[in-house]
Amino acid sequence: MTAAPASLPTSGAAPTATPAPTPALPALALGDDALVLSHRLGEWAGHAPVLEEEVALANIALDLLGQARVLLSLAGDEDELAYLREERAFRNLQLVEQPNGDFAHTIARQLYFSTYQTLLYGQLASGDGEFAPLAAKAVKEVAYHQDHAEQWTLRLGDGTAESHDRMQRGLDALWRFTGEMFQPVAGLDVDCPALRESWTASVTAVIKRATLTVPDGPQTGAWTAGAGRQGLHTEPFGRMLAEMQHLHRSHPGASW
Amino acid sequence: MATAAAHKAAGTEPGEAARQATPPARTAEQQAAFDEAVAADERIEPRDWMPDAYRASLVRQIAQHAHSEIIGMQPEANWITRAPSLRRKAILMAKVQDEAGHGLYLYSAAETLGTSRDELLDKLHSGRQKYSSIFNYPTLTWADVGAIGWLVDGAAITNQVPLCRCSYGPYARAMVRVCKEESFHQRQGYESLLALSRGTEAQHEMAQDAVNRWWWPSLMMFGPPDDESSHSEQSMTWKIKRHSNDELRQRFVDICVPQAESLGLTLPDPDLVWNESRGHYDFGPIDWTEFWDVLKGNGPCNDQRITQRRRAHEEGAWVREAAAAHAAKHGKATA
Repeated sequence: MTAAPASLPTSGAAPTATPAPTPALPALALGDDALVLSHRLGEWAGHAPVLEEEVALANIALDLLGQARVLLSLAGDEDELAYLREERAFRNLQLVEQPNGDFAHTIARQLYFSTYQTLLYGQLASGDGEFAPLAAKAVKEVAYHQDHAEQWTLRLGDGTAESHDRMQRGLDALWRFTGEMFQPVAGLDVDCPALRESWTASVTAVIKRATLTVPDGPQTGAWTAGAGRQGLHTEPFGRMLAEMQHLHRSHPGASW
Repeated sequence: MATAAAHKAAGTEPGEAARQATPPARTAEQQAAFDEAVAADERIEPRDWMPDAYRASLVRQIAQHAHSEIIGMQPEANWITRAPSLRRKAILMAKVQDEAGHGLYLYSAAETLGTSRDELLDKLHSGRQKYSSIFNYPTLTWADVGAIGWLVDGAAITNQVPLCRCSYGPYARAMVRVCKEESFHQRQGYESLLALSRGTEAQHEMAQDAVNRWWWPSLMMFGPPDDESSHSEQSMTWKIKRHSNDELRQRFVDICVPQAESLGLTLPDPDLVWNESRGHYDFGPIDWTEFWDVLKGNGPCNDQRITQRRRAHEEGAWVREAAAAHAAKHGKATA
């Protein structure tokens, strides 16, 4: 099932310095987003604040993993792509690789990303491109994810003083990673820069209803513009991959 | 029998109200009706009269069952971030999610007896209620996830299928749902072990090692031997329980031996042998010292499991408070 071709490094021993070529960038970009965020949400299992959230976060993680598997399979072998690429070959947004932080931090990440995903998949579903069938299924899932994130943004923002502060801190801390969502993705039949307006309107409305303030800092740093899509990631990502890939890489060529 | 609403208005738990308010003659009549219903295999429902001891025994058992689902998420969730293929990762995430769902059904079933989830969780966190001792063993390799699916879920199903006919309706109905999902998990666990057993030499060894470590603890899941089981006799009279611990354990061993053979793995018991005259497998002695030790809190992961559960609860307090405050402001149900 996952026999690795010779071109890919199959163990920790002397992997080739150059990451594998990245064909099908859009499938990798969208697939990596879903894969990486799913992994982060999976880290919540057994740690959620209430049982209903154990179910909800796992449910969202599973939806995203399902999307990732379809998308990565369009680009190649899902397990080779997930487990045998080096950090520099991943094309996900830096936003989705950010550590979970507290529950508010996780919800802020969900709010920003699910709103983006809803807009993106909405456009893909209405087209007739390669991703239309996947997007048609995924829009229903991401609508649920977005609703979940919005409801919690409202509860935390307009809950107690502590939850209000934490939610604001989550929104503020992740704001600088949001600009990357609107960088064009080569080969993707969506005008990403044009999503910014709808995204901002949607997120602003929720943040205001939640009695919170829309962060006013820059949405990118000079070094972050489109960085994740080009394989430039933040430090926590390498450690995440080390954990994710360790077992698979320890048994080259094995089937599971 | 007064309604639950009336109990609430009176500020008493249903069981407490029954103890305080019912004169002895009426109680005898109710006891007779209860005994008759149980004898006729009818279901006891939340608003029916029931003996206080029956209620207490069910609360204890259902709560322990719910707690086991919740604590049982930990040893498996331990491998979610390291699952070796995306397919296995999806299966494992779905399983851990199901366990949280089972916990929810079971807490709801317990709540029909006049307790609350908060109260039960508090008892779990303070060590006043137990969970299955099997979850105090560590998951040291990926194969442990498969071994848990095959053996631990297998033992749980053997225990739980008869509970689908338990005399208390809400518990029996919860068990029907739980057993369907558990059977699915068990097949997936078996299939995962099979892939390892037929895989590389290292994978085969990993699978065998996991089975070696999980076999005896799985047999202990059926509880102490019949002559040392304090609740068994009463539970069987009440038809909460339908078979003795030793009967169920034997049934499980008889099922597992041929499955181990098809897996190409051995069970770590030199005394395991088919007994023609009994029509069952004989098996070696269980280390009951280890069983009681783990039950008393001295297993490999007792502290770790309860500490993580408490921490999740404590660190989530501000989230639950926020949801309650939001609901109070906006008149909506909380999450």
